[in-house]
Amino acid sequence: MSLLRGLLGMELIGTSVRLFLDFQEKLASLDMRNLRFALKQEGHSRRDMFETLTRYAFPLAHSLPIFAFLNEEKFNVDGWTVYNPVEEYRRQGLPNHHWRITFINKCYELCDTYPALLVVPYRASDDDLRRVATFRSRNRIPVLSWIHPENKTVIVRCSQPLVGMSGKRNKDDEKYLDVIRETNRQISKLTIYDARPNVNAVANKATGGGYESDDAYHNAELFFLDIHNIHVMRESLKKVKDIVYPNVEESHWLSSLESTHWLEHIKLVLTGAIQVADKVSSGKSSVLVHCSDGWDRTAQLTSLAMLMLDSFYRSIEGFEILVQKEWISFGHKFASRIGHGDKNHADADRSPIFLQFIDCVWQMSKQFPTAFEFNERFLITILDHLYSCRFGTFLYNCESAREKQKVTERTVSLWSLINSNKDKFKNPFYTKEINRVLYPVASMRHLELWVNYYIRWNPRIKQQQPNPVEQRYVELLALRDEYIQRLEELQLASSAKLSDPSTSPSGPSQMMPHVHTHF
Amino acid sequence: MLGKGVVGGGGGTKAPKPSFVSYVRPEEIHTNEKEVTEKEVTLHLLPGEQLLCEASTVLKYVQEDSCQRGIYGKLVCTDFKIAFLGDDESALDNDETQFKNKVIGENDITLHCVDQIYGVFDEKKKPLFGQLKKYPEKLIIHCKDLRVFHFGLRYTKEEEVKRIVSGIIHHTQAPKLLKRLFLFSYASAAQNNTATDPKNHTVMFDTLKDWCWELERTKGNVKYKAVSVNEGYKVGERLPAFFVVPTPLPEEDVRCFQGRGIPIWCWSCHNGCALLKMSALPKEQDDGLLQVQKSFLDGIYKTIHRPPYEIVKTEDLSSNFLSLQDIQTAYSKFKQLFLIDNSTEFWDTDIKWFSLLESSSWLDIIRRCLKKAIEITECLEAQNMNVLLLEENASDLCCLLSSLVQVMMDPHCRTRVGFQSLVQKEWIMGGHCFLDRCNHLRQSDKEEHQRQLSLPLTQSKSSPKRGFFREETDHLIKNLLGRRISKLINSSDELQDNFREFYESWHSKPTDYHGLLLPHIEGPEIKVWAQRYLRWIPEAQILGGGRVATMSKLLEMMEEVEHLQEKIDERHHSQGALLAEAPPLLRSSARLSSLFPFALLQRHSSKPVLPTSGWKALGDEDDLAKREDEFVDLGDV
Repeated sequence: MSLLRGLLGMELIGTSVRLFLDFQEKLASLDMRNLRFALKQEGHSRRDMFETLTRYAFPLAHSLPIFAFLNEEKFNVDGWTVYNPVEEYRRQGLPNHHWRITFINKCYELCDTYPALLVVPYRASDDDLRRVATFRSRNRIPVLSWIHPENKTVIVRCSQPLVGMSGKRNKDDEKYLDVIRETNRQISKLTIYDARPNVNAVANKATGGGYESDDAYHNAELFFLDIHNIHVMRESLKKVKDIVYPNVEESHWLSSLESTHWLEHIKLVLTGAIQVADKVSSGKSSVLVHCSDGWDRTAQLTSLAMLMLDSFYRSIEGFEILVQKEWISFGHKFASRIGHGDKNHADADRSPIFLQFIDCVWQMSKQFPTAFEFNERFLITILDHLYSCRFGTFLYNCESAREKQKVTERTVSLWSLINSNKDKFKNPFYTKEINRVLYPVASMRHLELWVNYYIRWNPRIKQQQPNPVEQRYVELLALRDEYIQRLEELQLASSAKLSDPSTSPSGPSQMMPHVHTHF
Repeated sequence: MLGKGVVGGGGGTKAPKPSFVSYVRPEEIHTNEKEVTEKEVTLHLLPGEQLLCEASTVLKYVQEDSCQRGIYGKLVCTDFKIAFLGDDESALDNDETQFKNKVIGENDITLHCVDQIYGVFDEKKKPLFGQLKKYPEKLIIHCKDLRVFHFGLRYTKEEEVKRIVSGIIHHTQAPKLLKRLFLFSYASAAQNNTATDPKNHTVMFDTLKDWCWELERTKGNVKYKAVSVNEGYKVGERLPAFFVVPTPLPEEDVRCFQGRGIPIWCWSCHNGCALLKMSALPKEQDDGLLQVQKSFLDGIYKTIHRPPYEIVKTEDLSSNFLSLQDIQTAYSKFKQLFLIDNSTEFWDTDIKWFSLLESSSWLDIIRRCLKKAIEITECLEAQNMNVLLLEENASDLCCLLSSLVQVMMDPHCRTRVGFQSLVQKEWIMGGHCFLDRCNHLRQSDKEEHQRQLSLPLTQSKSSPKRGFFREETDHLIKNLLGRRISKLINSSDELQDNFREFYESWHSKPTDYHGLLLPHIEGPEIKVWAQRYLRWIPEAQILGGGRVATMSKLLEMMEEVEHLQEKIDERHHSQGALLAEAPPLLRSSARLSSLFPFALLQRHSSKPVLPTSGWKALGDEDDLAKREDEFVDLGDV
């Protein structure tokens, strides 16, 4: 017996190697796992086996298609129809007097990493937008993500301004931000949240970037949120992996966990999102969010803030729309961050930014166990298929690339799998509350490592038994439904009796709707 | 609301740090002074309770949205409690007040609950003891239940400050005579109301009948008998009047060493194995006396070492387990993490929270207690062995482990009445020295003993008997237990394997909540009991969230199902009759905070709490932090 790993000097590391469901050899998808295969000493097949494995594990390096393009699974729901930007903006009450939908990016000419359809201030013309684009990194101009239904303050996202060492200014950009500020008729300043630590934002000037200075943007107030870059996050997750595999630290668990900084990063991301949400919710001012390019930390902040503000996104379909909108359509570089089918696992572009977002969502769902329609399994399933390449949902870096590859025609959507089995992903405690803003507590006292995700492969940590409170609740739900049915039957029987001597039919028929109103 | 003013800074990461002490602006006081006297809340005294001293125009600080607000009122001290009489309670709505403690109000601190008193002099916090030369402008009281009270005395008359501060210090710190404890004056003044529902009856274990009932319940009566040899405490004061021993044990043996060296029954397992405890024999230097002890123990072990008794495994808790000192030290450090004076302190400690927790080693101690209890459970359940717990007085760690084992193994102990009976059996009758361990009489400050709910944690004076005790155990094992037990010695690896196998196989099966229950003990699974420890900290409060959110959904659903059931029953009995309206749902879960029902809603607005101190240095990751996100391929997209 010999270990494949030892023999061929190759490491199969969970976070860097993605195996996918292959049609010949069924290899499960993996994350945070180390798989080692021992092969029998029977000679020649060992090398073949390894080659087959690497070829299919890293199809892009071997000019092979990703499995999603070969997958012939059929579902009774088409997940590609879940997100329709026009409908989603209409749900938000857009367009309105102040915001319009523009098709300026229809052929991805204005910005190749943005979606085709954008919502911009009514008072900004398409020419204005083109001029602003020249001053924003990768032409990612400020566009609307979300509008408050009552106070009409907005969350706007973009990339950093191209200020550079010389401190360049751009009148069009300055005017554009002022137009945004004025859309909700607030006299107050526009709040800009720069996700980066202050020092990084300053350093970015050296490479042509920067931030909105006080002198140039009189009507804006800038805050740095101190969230670190993709490299820091990648290293942090690596450290998490080290403390949970192969052995879970026992007596020094807490200090080991602290030394990974993972939960500290989660805390900062949540804190930033809370600030964005609070600013908008209190109606004090509209908010502009950016980091460097506006596709990593910016996506985290806008989507988490929207999750806190808008209960629609806490439903299964709402969450799918949120991911589809803020992450997929706005060009979070999934292909680069995950490295689908690519063998270069040391690639510095890789980073668990989306995983970190899902972790934040999980932390919120732990703190508010009745506020989300979906359960933990839903979040884990999303992460599993973030890596599996079974679905086209997370393939490629941006909408233009996906369109070129005809992803929606040639692959299946992850939402097809989920929406055709919705019951499996539902949280029984879910209570729909329309205008409730959720503010999680971003304190280490409440944040915890997501054991059921990060340590699920370690046999020493047993998968948690179903939560007894939840189990009991589900039993009671079933009992309630049974009783309601019995009551209905009894009522039918008695009203049949009563209807004979033609007495008042009001009694029983009034009762039932009353019972139903609770549910 | 009277005397209310917002003081201190606002939230946000950029906000200035709120200063340690904040005060209401003086001009606000004069305008409110009249109201204070008019709206004063009356002091509720229990029967037998006496007012000792009081002070008016005291300001109680309330932490709210990262500012401090002050409420004027009267601070009083009785022979039972310190109480603040303000008008704060009017702010609470009915939903919350229906869960109020009727004896000890929100602003009451019983004298025995006071842990530490601090005075603030010129913005500096100092612990207060004994006679004071100078009186503080602010009083901070840390309670044993982890509440923290801040009372401003700046606007109180000097005479009253002196009286109340020295009164509080005296009544919470001076040594007390047992007969002066408040409960005695309360008991003589209050109506004695002992009528109890026999169905919900806590077994007190103060009669022979109660022990017989427990023996019968656990089917221990085959091999064990209840004895009344200590009735009237003729044999020893540390022993309960009635207890259970192996059937063949002669009653005279109990008298030999005042109950020491006697295996006392705690509980019997369904397979007949029993959990026993034994306190050590007195330490003797004299060879002759040692010989007497040895032959006495020989006799005892012969009794319990032949069939029908199972093999005995001895657990020497005095030498092979946590020391009481370890537990006391850990708890002192641990509780300090929750006695938080203000928001700034909360967020400053938040960054290093995990390492602070770890350095207290409290959670590690909890894990070791649970692990030991699982090991004992494994012996009883899987190895079919009796387990004998040995401890100097058999009244500290014995109480802890025997009750933990019973909670894991006996579903009856997980009912309310069963748990109360368990506490009565193992802790009260088991002779746990609550008076010393909690230091109710305040014998001396250094010997402060602590108790922590079902884990009574104690500090013992360094034990001169420990060496002897260890020898004693070796002696017992080698000489007396002989061949039958020898395989257990020096085989800790084997024990560990047995433990692992037992633990892992249990956790790999679906749980039967009415059977054996084993807790998870892996590092990530042992967590802070948030509802107890964080309950008074406003920053840690999750509005409308936490476990209470699911619990109240469950309660609502139970109510609904019950109501439907009633309706169906009524239909069966009287068809077509008009039914009663559905009762209003218990409460709206969105309104409750995660700390419910311990703490009432302390934040009145829905503003989020924001950390006020941010990032700690990354250390070795600094290089990475300076890198740009897309440093490889600018412009590849």
